Parts: sequence; C-alpha cells; structure tokens
Amino acid sequence: MIYRETGQFKTSYAADQAILRLREDRIGLLVILAIAYVVMPLVASEYWLSTIMLPFLIYALAALGLNILTGYAGQISLGTGGFMATGAFAAYKLATAFPGLDFVVVLVLAGLITAFVGILFGLPSLRIKGFYLAVATLAAQFFLLWLYNKIPWFTNYSASGVISAPTRTAFGIPVTGFEASVTTKYLFVLVVVTLLSLAAKNMTRLEVGRSWMAIRDMDIAAEIIGIRPLTAKLSAFAVSSFYCGIAGALWAFSYTGAVEALAFDIGVSFRVLFMIIIGGLGTILGNYLGAAFIVLLPIFLNNALLGLGMQEAVAMASHLEAMIMGALIVFFLIVEPHGLARLWQILKEKLRKWPFPY
Amino acid sequence: MSTVEQRTAAVTRRREIGEVLLAVENIELRFGGVTALADVSFDVRRGEIRAIIGPNGAGKSSMLNVINGFYQPQGGTISWKGQRLRRMRPHFAAKNGIARTFQNIALFKGMTTLDNIMTGRILKMRASLLEQALYWGRARREELEHRAFVERIIDFLEIQHIRNTPVGKLPYGLQKRVELARALAMEPELLLLDEPMAGMNLEEKEDMVRFILDVNEEFGTTVILIEHDMSVVMDISDRVVVLDHGRLLADGTPDEVSRDPRVIEAYLGVVHD
Repeated sequence: MIYRETGQFKTSYAADQAILRLREDRIGLLVILAIAYVVMPLVASEYWLSTIMLPFLIYALAALGLNILTGYAGQISLGTGGFMATGAFAAYKLATAFPGLDFVVVLVLAGLITAFVGILFGLPSLRIKGFYLAVATLAAQFFLLWLYNKIPWFTNYSASGVISAPTRTAFGIPVTGFEASVTTKYLFVLVVVTLLSLAAKNMTRLEVGRSWMAIRDMDIAAEIIGIRPLTAKLSAFAVSSFYCGIAGALWAFSYTGAVEALAFDIGVSFRVLFMIIIGGLGTILGNYLGAAFIVLLPIFLNNALLGLGMQEAVAMASHLEAMIMGALIVFFLIVEPHGLARLWQILKEKLRKWPFPY
Repeated sequence: MSTVEQRTAAVTRRREIGEVLLAVENIELRFGGVTALADVSFDVRRGEIRAIIGPNGAGKSSMLNVINGFYQPQGGTISWKGQRLRRMRPHFAAKNGIARTFQNIALFKGMTTLDNIMTGRILKMRASLLEQALYWGRARREELEHRAFVERIIDFLEIQHIRNTPVGKLPYGLQKRVELARALAMEPELLLLDEPMAGMNLEEKEDMVRFILDVNEEFGTTVILIEHDMSVVMDISDRVVVLDHGRLLADGTPDEVSRDPRVIEAYLGVVHD
C-alpha cells in the first residue's frame, strides 16, 4: 500500500520511458540526492568525507564501469585495476603537460585514453569467452601495472615512483591537491559520479545497452537480428574502461592525492568484481550497494569490534573483521545470488502489497 | 479440414504472389564427412507461404541456417531479389529483411519482453553513443518512435500483459510468440520460422497459425515454415519442399506433394501389402 503504481497512469510513451516511473521512486531519489549534496557536507566530519565517502563513491564508479562490461555485456574482466591505473597515469601526464587545462577536460581525456586501451585489451573477447577471457584480461592488469612501474616517463622521471597529484581547477575552483578542501573534493567527485551514473542508466536502457545484453544472453540470436558482436563487445570494453579510467584518475587526484601503480594492484580488480557480484550484476543500483558493502562494512565492523573493548588487540580486530566479512559475503551470495539489488526489488514487491498478505 | 474447405480457404486468403524473392541453387553443405544438404534447389516467391518438411535429420533447419547466412555452404548459390550471392552473411541477411525464429527459442532471457522486441529495431537506429548517454536528440526521438512501432506488434500478437516481464519467466507458448514478435519488429520481407508450433497444445497452435496467416496477409510478408504438423502444413502453405537425407525429394503444391509416391514412402508412411 505504501509503494504501488495504482492511479499513476501514463498517457504517452515518453512518460512511460522515464527512468523512474513511480512517484515514490522519484521522491526516494530526491531524498538520497539531498542527503548526498546538502546534508553530508554540512554534517559529516572531514574524516568521514575523505576516508569513507570518497573511496565509496570512486569504487562505486569503478563498479559501474565493470558492471557495464561484465553485468550487461557478459564479458568477465579482471583488468579493472589496470584500467584504473591507466586513467590515473593518463590524467597525471595530461595535468603536468598542460598545467592550465581544466580538470574536467583532463578527466574526459584520461577516460578516452583508457577507453582506447580497453578496446585493445578487449580484442581477445572476439575469440574467447568466460574464464578464458578473464585470464586474458589478467594480462592487462599485470602488463599495464608493469608498464607504469618500469617506464620512468609515466612518473615524469620521479625517483621513488610515487608522485603527489598536483592541484588542478575545474571551472576556476581548485578541486584536487592541497588547496582544495575535503568538501570541495567530495562534491566534485559526487557531481562526476552522479552525471556518469545517469549516462550509464541511459546507455543501458537504450539501443547500445540492449545490444550488450543481447550479446550476453544469446550471442547467436543477437547476430541474426543484425547486432555485430565486434561493435557490441568493443563498445562495452570502451565504455567500461572510460568509467574505470575516470575512477582511477579520481582515486589518485581526489582521494589519495598520490599517483602510484601499486594502488591499483590485482586486489583492486577483485574487490570491484566482488562489489558487482554482491551488489547485483546488470543493475545500476547494485554498484552503490556493493561498494557500500565492501567499503563501509569493514569500517563499521572495525569500529564495532574496537567499541567492544578490543582496543589493545587491534591486530586481532582486523583478523576478525576479515573473517566476518568473508562469512557475510558467503551468506549473502547463498541467500540472494542475484545480489543486494535483487533484495531491494523483492522488498519493493513486498511493500506494494503490505500490509496484505497477497 | 476437407479438401473443399481447404480450397475455399486458399481462395479467400488470396494475396499477390509475385516474382522470385529468394532462390537457392545446388546447395551443398557438409560437416566433416556428414552431408547435411546435397544439391538442393528451390525458390520462394514474394508473398507466399513456403513450407519445408521432412523427417528428422533431413536438413530442414540447416537449410534455414544457410538462407540466413549462419552456415556457409560448400557449394551452390543463393539469389536474393535476383542478386546472386556466393555466400550469405547473418548481418547482410538481417539488413536485407530476412528474420527468423528458432526451433529451441533463442530469446534474450534476462531482458523484458519489450526490450527483446526492441532489439529487433536495432538496425533501424542511428543515434550515437553520446546521444544515447544523454538520452537526447536522435536517441530520444528514435526510442519513442520505435517504441510506438513495437507496441503495434505487441497489440497484434496480444502480449500486452507481459510487456515488462523478463522472458525467462514466461511459459513456452508465450516465449514462442515473443520470438515471433522480435522477428516481426525487423519488418522482414522474408520470415523464416523453424517449427513455430512445436510443443504447443491445440489452442496455442491455432493462435499461432492465425498469427502467421495474418502476418502474411496484412504485411505481405513471405514466410518459409518448417513444421511437423502435416494438417497445418497442408492447410496454410502455398508450396511445399520435401527434404529427405539432405536431398530434395519433391517440390510443389500441398496436393501434388501429398500424392507423390516418394514422399508418401519417405515421410507420410506407406501401406505395405
């Protein structure tokens, strides 16, 4: 009774094609946006914004990228970290080569460069599928990190290989580096993530998204109705890498403030993969739920364990945290293999009928 | 249906049967040592319903796969609207208005009925990736335009109620109908139907026959049909090709074919004295 479509009539296809068809959904989204844009910057501490919200948002963006490739187009990839590193180093090279360039332009160019690299490493997908493709994308992960580590040009010949991200402005406002406040960094990342999420939602519900899903569900039938597997797969790799590249650039510039290849090791690729599996393959909402699960839950567990009087045994707390985390992942996958997004959908169905049993 | 009724039916649903739309000549298809098709030739005229029948393993589905470019024959030619092609390609076939359905349903299971049918319009969409990301300009215009077209097909096939259901959850008979809808969304000139009525009960079969006849009559779509139900084949098809062991056994009107002694022996069964 709380949440239902009764009485909300659509009189045109344009209205029926809206992203959020129900009034309740629109109100819900507005509330979330208001919290993210207004309440968070006012209420949350710097610690919260910089160590929790920023990685959460950036991971959600990377998950969005991987979900386009794996969840929508059905191409498994373990190269997310490599593509994020590509975005970070591309942004670094662009930002240092053209210091006056607006950071938004830097981000877009870094994303496009990563998209190109993604297409190159996506070429094997035309021949191989499934686990074999996953192994082929592992090559991207290792090769790209090796490249950025070994060739000093990428780090502008810095001796340590760790370089701090310079201050750059977007529309005249410093958004990265020491001069930008945490709140500005947070809001900038939030705007980027909001816009890219909207774009991803649009792509996945229109022609290109349908061709990705067609390739995922039945590539033979897709070919017979005129979808070119080459175009569909490579466009998925390109868009996915574009998102991962921007996520990597934001990671280096807005979150850690340092550009280093080691920040994007295989662990990152796995973590993003877990996020989309736990959140829900082939959904947009799932990326946020998955990222929240993987980023926020350990922090919550850690605080809870320390609160339970384990201050002396910090090492013990972190071991326990890993164990509980692992158990929860297994639990959620057994309870709902389609991810947290599916749980939300089931809840919506229930809310539709509540308080009646049917 | 008696022969008389059959004739009246044939007369009342008379459409224009036009020039040769598709012709296959001397098609040879082998998989390793197995010959799937040997020296098969026939033609299909615009506007007709052409049935392909034959026992299991006769090469009927292989023939459809050759026609829409999914299999590359080792020999023979395909002519499409008078244009001789050494080989057909799936993309070329799709672009030139050849649509098909499969014997064991090939729908996109994770997508809704509406999205499945909308994929049939993909070749008619031109919007760039950027326009789609912004849902702006051509992307928006095309989406609404094609949605309106697809809704007409949804009405035509009476599947409004399952519009937003993922097709994986639909019963078999409805899935078959959605697959036909997706093929129709391509506005095909030639529709290849691979056992559209297999596994259906009588009522579902009658519905499907009605839909096929309506498509043929209202849109003038040429149909090639593989079907095992002889009464359906004899009732609705204009001409019948009979295949057996990859060879052409007979080709003619339902009456001629059903009187052909070789066909009776190979397929319809023969009374041994």
